[in-house]
Amino acid sequence: MSTENGNLLSVRDLCVVFKTEDGTVKAVDGISFEVKRGETLGIVGESGSGKTVANLSLLRLIPEPPGKIESGFIEFGGRDLLKLSQTEIRGLRGKRIAMIFQDPMTSLNPFMRVSKQLMEVTQLHLGHTKQQARAHAIKMLEQVGIPDAHERVDSYPHEFSGGMRQRVMIAMALSCQPELLIADEPTTALDVTIQAQILELIKHLKSETGASVILITHDLGVVAGMTDRVVVMYAGKLFEEAPTRELFERTANPYTKGLLRSVPDPTSEHETLYQIPGQPPDLAHLPPGCPFAPRCERAEEICRREFPPFVELTMSHRSLCHFANEIYAETKSAA
Amino acid sequence: MEENRQQKDQIPDSADLHISAEYAVAERDIAELVTGEVVVGSSLWRDAWRRLLKNKLAVFGMIVVLVLVVASLIGPTIIQKTTGYTYDSIPKDSALLKSFPPFRGPDGRFSLAHPMGTDAAGRDILARVLSGGQISLMVALIATLVSLVIGVSYGAIAGYLGGPLDDLMMRIVDVLYSLPYVIIVIVLLALLPAKTPTAQLAQLFFALGAVSWLTMARIVRGQILSLKNQEFVLAARATGVSTPKIIFRHLIPNALGPVIVYATLTIPTVMLSEAFLSFLGLGVRPPRVSWGSLAAEGAANLAVFPWQLIFPGVTMALMLFSLNFVGDGLRDALDPQARRN
Amino acid sequence: MLRFIIRRVIVIIPMLLIVVSLTWTLVRLAPGSFYTGEKKLAPAVEKNLREKYGLDKPWYVQYGKVLKNIARFDFGNSLKYEGQSVNQILLRALPVSATLGITAYLIALLVGITMGALAALKPNSWLDYASMTLAMLGISIPNFVLGPLLVLLFSLTLFWFPPALWNGFPSKSLVLPALTLSAIYIAYIARLTRSGMLEVMRSDYIRTARAKGLSETQVVTRHALRGGLLPVVSFSGPALAFLITGTVVVERIFALPGLGNYFINACFNRDEPLIIGIVAFIAISVLVFNLLVDISYAFIDPRIRY
Repeated sequence: MSTENGNLLSVRDLCVVFKTEDGTVKAVDGISFEVKRGETLGIVGESGSGKTVANLSLLRLIPEPPGKIESGFIEFGGRDLLKLSQTEIRGLRGKRIAMIFQDPMTSLNPFMRVSKQLMEVTQLHLGHTKQQARAHAIKMLEQVGIPDAHERVDSYPHEFSGGMRQRVMIAMALSCQPELLIADEPTTALDVTIQAQILELIKHLKSETGASVILITHDLGVVAGMTDRVVVMYAGKLFEEAPTRELFERTANPYTKGLLRSVPDPTSEHETLYQIPGQPPDLAHLPPGCPFAPRCERAEEICRREFPPFVELTMSHRSLCHFANEIYAETKSAA
Repeated sequence: MEENRQQKDQIPDSADLHISAEYAVAERDIAELVTGEVVVGSSLWRDAWRRLLKNKLAVFGMIVVLVLVVASLIGPTIIQKTTGYTYDSIPKDSALLKSFPPFRGPDGRFSLAHPMGTDAAGRDILARVLSGGQISLMVALIATLVSLVIGVSYGAIAGYLGGPLDDLMMRIVDVLYSLPYVIIVIVLLALLPAKTPTAQLAQLFFALGAVSWLTMARIVRGQILSLKNQEFVLAARATGVSTPKIIFRHLIPNALGPVIVYATLTIPTVMLSEAFLSFLGLGVRPPRVSWGSLAAEGAANLAVFPWQLIFPGVTMALMLFSLNFVGDGLRDALDPQARRN
Repeated sequence: MLRFIIRRVIVIIPMLLIVVSLTWTLVRLAPGSFYTGEKKLAPAVEKNLREKYGLDKPWYVQYGKVLKNIARFDFGNSLKYEGQSVNQILLRALPVSATLGITAYLIALLVGITMGALAALKPNSWLDYASMTLAMLGISIPNFVLGPLLVLLFSLTLFWFPPALWNGFPSKSLVLPALTLSAIYIAYIARLTRSGMLEVMRSDYIRTARAKGLSETQVVTRHALRGGLLPVVSFSGPALAFLITGTVVVERIFALPGLGNYFINACFNRDEPLIIGIVAFIAISVLVFNLLVDISYAFIDPRIRY
C-alpha cells in the first residue's frame, strides 16, 4: 500500500517500551505517521517526548535491553521493517535509510580518520574498491562544502570544527543516495550562524537527490523553514499532525498552541516570553486521562479523567484533544 | 581526567575525551569516582543505603565481613575459655607436637578439638587463624587510616589552593606514582627490622599507609576542584570563614562519598600488601601471626600438611572477596551514574 | 613528540637518583653489615675486605662511587656470590624473570580481554556474571595462596607439572608460575576491558557505526575495541611495577632463579652492591616502561599530541 499512494514510509501503532528502575516506561505509545516520497516531515516535541526513540526504532537501533519495540508496523518500500532479519535491516541502514545525529562532536569515531569512516559505507553497500570509495568520499566532502577536501579527507574528527563535523556526518549519510534521511536535531549542538548553513545544506542536497527527510527538532523556527508537514509529539504520543502552514495558522491542539506561543516573535511588543507552565511528565507515572492535562490551560474535568480521542479535522489534519474541534474553530475565526 | 593535566592540555576538545588516560583507573575503576556527581545531602545517603541493600552481592559481602570480624575479635577468647588453646600455646605432651589434620585427634580418630587441625608445633590452627585475623584487620584498618589522613589532607590542600602549588603537589604525586615503592618498602623492612613486635607493627602501618595515599589524594583533589566554586563555598568565603575551616568543614564532608568508596577498596589492597610482606618474612613476625605469615608457614609445609595453608589462605581470600564486593557495591550505590547497564 | 620524550627522559634521571639514594641511605642506616651476618670473620679479615670494597672510606666517597657505578651501569662485585659481578647476576636472573613476566602478561591480555569483552557485549547475562565473579576471585586470592594450591593440585596430586624447576621457555615448568602470576592481571584486565567496552558501546559513534549498516562484529572490531581497550593500555604502565612485586612472590614459591629471588636474598644478606644494582635496574625499567606506555598512547589516540 505504501508505494501506490506515494508513501515512502508508513508507521502504524508503533509502541516502544523501556525497562527502568521505576518499572516499564512507554517511550513511544501507539504513534502512526507517513512520509511521502520527496517530502520533508518535521517531528516536534520537548526532550523526552519520544521523538528520537521513535526514529531510532525505524532502523531498529533501540538498545535492547533495556528498550523493546513492543508492537506496530513500519512499512518501507512495501516491507515491514520490524519483520526483517538482522542482515536485511543492516542492508537498509546507511544505504536506503540514513541518519544524522544531534552531536557531531561525539557521533564520529575519534580514533578513525574521516576518510576511513566515509569509505566504510560505500565499501559495504556499493561494493566500492578502496580507490573508488576514496574518490567517492572526497566527492561527497566537496559536495557538503568542505574546502580542500583532498587534504582534509585524511584528518581525524577532532581536527574539524563542530559545523564541519556535521558536514562530514551529512556526507557520510548521503554517500549511498538514501531514499530517506533522518536528521535528529542536526543543528542543536551548533552555533546559531552554523545552524542556518547546515539547514541550508540539507535543503539543497535534498532538492538535488530527491530524498525524503524526517527532521526531528524542538525548534519551531526550523520546522517552519524546512518542512512540508509536521507531527507534534508529547509524552510518547502523537498530539497533532498537519501540513506545516496549517499547523502554524490553525493549530487544533493546546500543546501545539503553547509551543507556538513560546516562539519569540521579533515583531511583538511583549517583553516577556511565554512558557508552557509545569514540567514534561514523568513517563513512569503518567496521570490518567490526557497526559498534558496538568499543564493545559484549557483542561477540564473530562481531560483529567478520560484519554482524549484523535479528532480528524481534515484529511491531513488530526489532533489528540477533547476540544480539538472547538480550538480549530476558534483559530479559524482568529485567522 | 582532571589529574592528567599534561595530556588534557594537549587535547583541543576536552569534552571529547570520554576515556580517561588516568593511571588510577588501572588500580580500580576510579575514573568513575572522579567524574561522578557530587554527593550532597542526607537523603542521598539514605538512597545510597537503600540501593546498597538491593545489591545481593554487596549484602553477602557485608555479612561475611561482619562474621569474620566478630569471629576474629571474640573467637580467640572463646577458644581459650573453652579449650585453653591460644595461637601460641604449645602442648606440653611431646606426642602432640606435630601437625594433626582437621577434626582428627592424636589417635587418628574423629575429634572436635581442632576443627582446622594443628600446625607442626601442635598449635590449634583455628585459634591461629582467628588471632591472625585480628592482626591482619588491625594492620589493614590503621594503614588505611594513615593513607586516608595523608591523602585527604594533601588532595584537599592542593585542590583548594590551586595554582602553582597545586601543580607542584600533583607533579610530586605523578613522580611518586611511577616509583617502584614496593621495592623500597622491602629494603626498608628487611634492613631496618624493628626491635619489638609492636614497633614492627607500627612500622608496617606507616610503610603501607605512606605508599597507598596517592590515588586518594588525586580523588580528593578532583572532588575539591569541582566543589570549590559552588555557591555554598563562595558564600562561606564571602562571610569570612577561614581557609582551613572551609577545607575541613565544608569541602571534605561533601567529597566524602568517593573517599569512603576508595577507602573501602583500599582496605583489601593494604591487607594483601601486608600478607605479601609477611609471606616474604618481612611483615608480621613470630610469635605474632597474621594471615600472610600463616600462609607462608603453610606453603612451606604444603606437601605433607596442606591444611596449614588452606585454612588461613581461604579465610583471607574470603575476606578480600567480600571486602571487594562491598567496595564495588558502595561505589554503585553512591554513584548510580557509574552503574553499567 | 621528540621534545616530550626528551623532557621525560630528563625527568627519569632525578627519579632514579631519588630511588637509589633512598635505598643506599637505608642500607647505610641499617645496623650491622654483610659481615655481621652468617659468617663470623676474624676482625683482621673483615678489615681487609672492608678496605677492598671501600667500606672504610667516608660516606660521601662511597656515595660518589655508587653514583659513578650507576652512570657506568657497573655495580661491582657481589659480596655474597664471591667473584661474580652484579651485572653477571643480573644477566643470569633477568631472562628468568622476564620470561615469567612476559608470558604471564600475555596470558593475562589474551584471557582478560576475551573475558571482559564477552562480558561487556552481553551485560547482565550469566556470561557477564560468571566472568566478573571469576575476576573478583582473581583479585581476591593472593598469589602466594593460589600458587601453592596449584602446586598441590597439579604437581603433587595429578603430577602434570613439576613443582619447582626452571627450564626456560617454552617448557612445562613455566606453566604453573605463569598461571599463578597472571591470575590477578587476568582479573584486572577483564574488569578494565568490560567497563571500557561498556562505556564505548554506549557512545554515539557506535550508534553511528550501527546506523551505517555494519554488522555487530564489524562494529566491535573496527570501532569499539580501540577505544574500549585504552584503559588496558594505561594499565600496562603500573602493571609492570605490580608484575615485579608478583614475580618476587612467585619466584619464591617456585624457587626460580630470577631477579626477585636474588633481590630478597640480597636484602636479607645485606649484599649492598647487589641491592643497589637490582633496585637501580628495576627503577630504570619501570620508568622507561611508563614512558613507552605514554608514547604508545599517542599512537592509539590521535587526539593526544605531546
